[in-house]
Amino acid sequence: MRTVTVVGASLSGLYAARELRAQGFDGRLVVVGDEPHHPYDRPPLSKDFLTGRADEARLALADAEETAELDAEWLLGVRARGLDSRGRTVLLHDGRTVSTDGVVIATGASARRLPGDGLVGVHTLRTLDDARALRTELSRGPRSVVVIGGGFIGAETASSCAGLGHEVTVVEAAPLPLVPQLGPEMAAVCAALHRRGGAGLVTGIGVAGLRGSGTVTGVELSDGRVLPADVVIVGIGAVPNTGWLAGSTLALHDGVLCDDGCVTALPQVVAVGDVARVGGARAEHWTSATEQPRVAVRNLLAGRTVESARSLPYFWSDQYGARIQFAGRRHAADTVRITEGALDDGAPAEGGFLALYERGGRTTAVLSIDRPRPFMKARRELARSEDPVERAGAVAS
Amino acid sequence: MIPVCRLDDLPAGESVRVDTTPPIAVFNADGELYAIDDTCTHQDASLSEGWLEGCLIECPLHAASFDLRTGLPTCLPARRPVRTHRVTVDDGVIHVHLAAEEGTAA
Repeated sequence: MRTVTVVGASLSGLYAARELRAQGFDGRLVVVGDEPHHPYDRPPLSKDFLTGRADEARLALADAEETAELDAEWLLGVRARGLDSRGRTVLLHDGRTVSTDGVVIATGASARRLPGDGLVGVHTLRTLDDARALRTELSRGPRSVVVIGGGFIGAETASSCAGLGHEVTVVEAAPLPLVPQLGPEMAAVCAALHRRGGAGLVTGIGVAGLRGSGTVTGVELSDGRVLPADVVIVGIGAVPNTGWLAGSTLALHDGVLCDDGCVTALPQVVAVGDVARVGGARAEHWTSATEQPRVAVRNLLAGRTVESARSLPYFWSDQYGARIQFAGRRHAADTVRITEGALDDGAPAEGGFLALYERGGRTTAVLSIDRPRPFMKARRELARSEDPVERAGAVAS
Repeated sequence: MIPVCRLDDLPAGESVRVDTTPPIAVFNADGELYAIDDTCTHQDASLSEGWLEGCLIECPLHAASFDLRTGLPTCLPARRPVRTHRVTVDDGVIHVHLAAEEGTAA
């Protein structure tokens, strides 16, 4: 391969570029990014960046020295708009084309929008520009903030807003937030964090629409109630950025379909990060975006799938002073029990807790609130029990 | 010089966090004592709660790893080192000598 193009200049795109060089690719490396910024880390945007504890310099994922070492052509501030049917030409929005021998698709996902969200005061939180705009608005004195969506982004953003002294209400359409991720018992525990952190939580009611002309004044709920708001944050999930691939031969269905090794139907095209549906599952996890590129690049350079990228899912969230960590593959029928620590009035007690999800006597996943040490041990044990090599060894011994 | 705990109270494989500003983590790595800044240079997490293996400590949040002997990161996502501090044991008590104070001690 003489040219490899990485489409996407965020976490997984940068990691792919690093892996290409680390694995010996010494040809032309092109990185295309639709944002004007060099790669930056998104998790702090809803937390330390929003509260002003971290500035933009802290977000940079690579320093000048490393960027120079990568020896890549950075085409930033330009969106890819197509990939030809053979996967040999990347078309850019400004009319340019990049001829390439290999492609890493790392275009990520975009915040899901709400109809009528063009009003002033309505925000999403996905990009640095989103976070800058919201931070500026929150610095203008006390605000009435309504956060639509009680998922991780919604909860973290609500937590940051409450920490800054704003009046915050979170609206969640489901009876409880985070049930798909954590199951009903632990979702209830996390919901209690909102209360503890001084934010209101309205559940089981959808949003009928946004009120206001020009500037938002409130959020109308499906039961007719109107929550007054001068800032509305829409945190209702993300959609994978696959639109630009519509004319390609790649299979798209809630992401770019790949095999277990991040390889698409075209062996010289791989996909990583939030946009990739790897072996039937699409994860929007920071850790997946950092782990998949090594395997994807190895398979890309090998010209076929020689390694699988199936690692144990892991995510974390910081909200209301609590650190939530989760690892594993939970199923709806799994039971959950607290094995260390306790609850206090439905919320985590001082010192947090560790909970194990189980099925048929086997641990399937682990959740911790403020118990990083036993969590790490449990996470490692889970990863080991999933590892086919380890499993074969265990059977043999 | 900061007293930490009795040597007997920090068996091999264990770590302890000292609430200085910034906080310090002290490790007993198979009998050798090491002290480093406790906060991961990547993002806010306590390295004293990490996974100790040989002379390497892995951050409990994003699995960055540091060499306790040098403070240097051994893998991403950390790119900056943590400070290392000198450790002594006097009369069975572990003490940390802050790096910034070295040379000024009497």
